[in-house]
Amino acid sequence: MTEEIKNSNWKLRKGRIIAAKQMTDAEKWFDIKLDDGELDHEPGQFVQVELYGIGEAPISVCSSPTKRGSFELTVRAAGRLTKAMHALDAGDYIGIRGPFGKPFPVRVMVGNDLLFVAGGLGIAPLRSLIHYVMDNRKDFGKVDILLGCRTPHDMLFGSEISTWQKRLDVNFLCTVDRGAPDWHGNVGLITTLIPGVTIQPERTFAVVVGPPIMYKFVIAELLKKNVPERQIVVSLERHMKCGMGKCGHCQIDHPKNYYCCKDGPTFTYDEVKDAKKL
Amino acid sequence: MNYHILKKDELDGFIKKLSNNMKVVAPVAKDAGNFAFQEVSGASEIALKYIPTILPPKKYFMPPREKMLDFDISGPQPVDKAVLDAPELAVFGVHTCDLAGIQCLNMVFSERPRDYNYLRRKEKIFLIGMECGDYCDDHASCALVNSHMPSGGYDLFFTDLGDRFIVHVNTHKAEEIVEEMGLAKAASADMTALEKIREHKRGAFRNEIGVDPRKLPEMFDKGAKSKVWEDVGHRCVACGNCTNVCPTCYCFDMADTINLDMKTGHRARTWDSCQFETFAAVAGGENFREERADRQRHRYSRKFKFPLDKFYRFFCTGCGRCTRTCMADISLKDTLKTLAKETV
Repeated sequence: MTEEIKNSNWKLRKGRIIAAKQMTDAEKWFDIKLDDGELDHEPGQFVQVELYGIGEAPISVCSSPTKRGSFELTVRAAGRLTKAMHALDAGDYIGIRGPFGKPFPVRVMVGNDLLFVAGGLGIAPLRSLIHYVMDNRKDFGKVDILLGCRTPHDMLFGSEISTWQKRLDVNFLCTVDRGAPDWHGNVGLITTLIPGVTIQPERTFAVVVGPPIMYKFVIAELLKKNVPERQIVVSLERHMKCGMGKCGHCQIDHPKNYYCCKDGPTFTYDEVKDAKKL
Repeated sequence: MNYHILKKDELDGFIKKLSNNMKVVAPVAKDAGNFAFQEVSGASEIALKYIPTILPPKKYFMPPREKMLDFDISGPQPVDKAVLDAPELAVFGVHTCDLAGIQCLNMVFSERPRDYNYLRRKEKIFLIGMECGDYCDDHASCALVNSHMPSGGYDLFFTDLGDRFIVHVNTHKAEEIVEEMGLAKAASADMTALEKIREHKRGAFRNEIGVDPRKLPEMFDKGAKSKVWEDVGHRCVACGNCTNVCPTCYCFDMADTINLDMKTGHRARTWDSCQFETFAAVAGGENFREERADRQRHRYSRKFKFPLDKFYRFFCTGCGRCTRTCMADISLKDTLKTLAKETV
C-alpha cells in the first residue's frame, strides 16, 4: 500500500559544509555547497536547514548570489536545530530546502541611494544585499551602512567590516550599546547614527533589519527624515516552518493576510505598518 | 439531471458492495450523544441522523499524524524517501458543511507549491454526501455561510425521502458505481419530493447572526480592538480543541522520530493549533501572538476575513463544532453577534 512520492516538496537537497567558523560565542558561520548545483537565490531569501532526527529551522542566506559555487549561513544557537548545527564542521552534510521567500526589491532599488541599517544578527540577511550591491556598485547611488550591536564582542564579520570602513564608495558607521576597554568607536543606540546621515529622501531606499524593538525606533527616525514609507524595506523574523505558505506559524498579526515565508520576509513599511509588532 | 433511487432496505447491500472495493467509513453513534466517522461493514452500524462528528472528515485527507518522509542518516550523507500510505476510501454520509470544509482544504493544498500527500489522498477518496433536512442543533450557523444546501464537492449525494434515498450522481466514477449496483432512475414524483424538501429548508434555515454575510470581513476590520476579543481571551484556556475539530483548520507542525538504532527514522506532519501559546514564537524569544485575545481574534479572522481575499469564500462552514467542544463556552454565534453589535 505504501507508495513513494517522487515530487514531494519535503525532500531535501544535500549540502556539504565546505568551511565553518565560530564567529562569536553565539554565532557560527557556514559555507555550504549543494550536491545538485547552485542554490539560485536572491538577496533576502532564506532556506530551511534540515538535520534528520532533530528537525528543521529557517535561516537567512547571508551571502550574495553574485558569489557562485556555494552559499553562506550565519547561525545563532537559539533553538534545538541551531544548537545541533553548532556541532557541525567542514565535511559534514546538512539538508537544505529552498530558497524561499520574497527577496529584497533589488531591481526597484537600482539608481537610488541606499541606506542599510542592521541591528545585531540583522546583519546576516542584510549582508546578502550589501554584497550584491558592492558587486554591482555602479548601478546604485550613495551607499550608507549603519551597524549596531550590543557590545564590540558581539560584532559579526569583523574583518570584512574593516574593509567596508576603508572603502571610499560606501560610508560605514557602527555603534555599540555598551563599550569595552579596547573600543574606541561610537557608544549608543543605532538611532543615534541616523541624524548624522545626509539623505535625499525621495531617492533613498532604507533597508532595515533587526529585532522588533529596533524597527520601532529606527523607522521613526527615518520617517522624520521624510523617507517615503514605500522606500523603507524591512525583513521580518517569524517561525517559518514549511516555507510554502501553508503551516500557519509565520502568519503576521496584521489586518492583511501576510505569510512571512511567501509574502515576505521582506516587506515595505507601508505594507506592514499596521502589524502589532514588526 | 442524473438522479437515482436507493430504497432504504437496500442501503445495507449498497454499503457491502461498496466495501468490496474499498474501505467504507461513516458516522457511527458514540457515547454521550457524540458521533464519529469510522469504518463500517453494514448499514446497521451507520447513524443516518447525526450532529456533526467529533472530528470532521478532514482526518482522512490530512491525518492528525502523517508520515511524510523516511530517512537514514547512517552514512555520511542523509538519504530520504517521501512516502504515502493512503488506502482507497469511501466516506459515506458527509453533511454539506463538511463537504464545504473539504472544498476549502482542496483549495489550500492545491495552491502552489502543491501538497502532493494531500492531493494523492484526495484522489483516492470517494465522497458520499447526506442532506440535512433541518438544523442539527442550535450551535450550527450553516445558513450564514450558505453551506446548508449542496453545492458540489461530492461523488454521490443522498437525500432522505422517507422509505428511500434520492441519489444525485455527480462524477463519472459515481456513475459507474451506480450502474454496477443497478440503481433505478428517479421518477418525476421523486424529483417533486426532493424539491419539497429544499423548499422546506429555504424556510427553516435562516441567517443565524442576522447580519449580511458580506459585512463580516468589514466587522473584523472595524472590530480589531473590540472588547469581545478581551472577553474570549480571558475565558479561553488555549487548549486547541476548537482548531482540532474545525473542518477548515489545517495549520501543522513537522516533527522527527528517530528509531532506537539512532540511524533511521521518519518525519511526520502533525496538526498544530494557532491557539497554543508558542505557535507564533521564535527561537530567539519573541512571541508574535502572545495574548490569548490576539490568538482568538486570529482564529476568527482566518475564518471570516483572510480567506476572502485569497479564496473568495469563508473558511467557516457553520458546523458548530468549535462551540460544541469549547470547555470555556466560547460560542461562535455569540462572538459574531457581539462583534456585529459593536461594528455594524
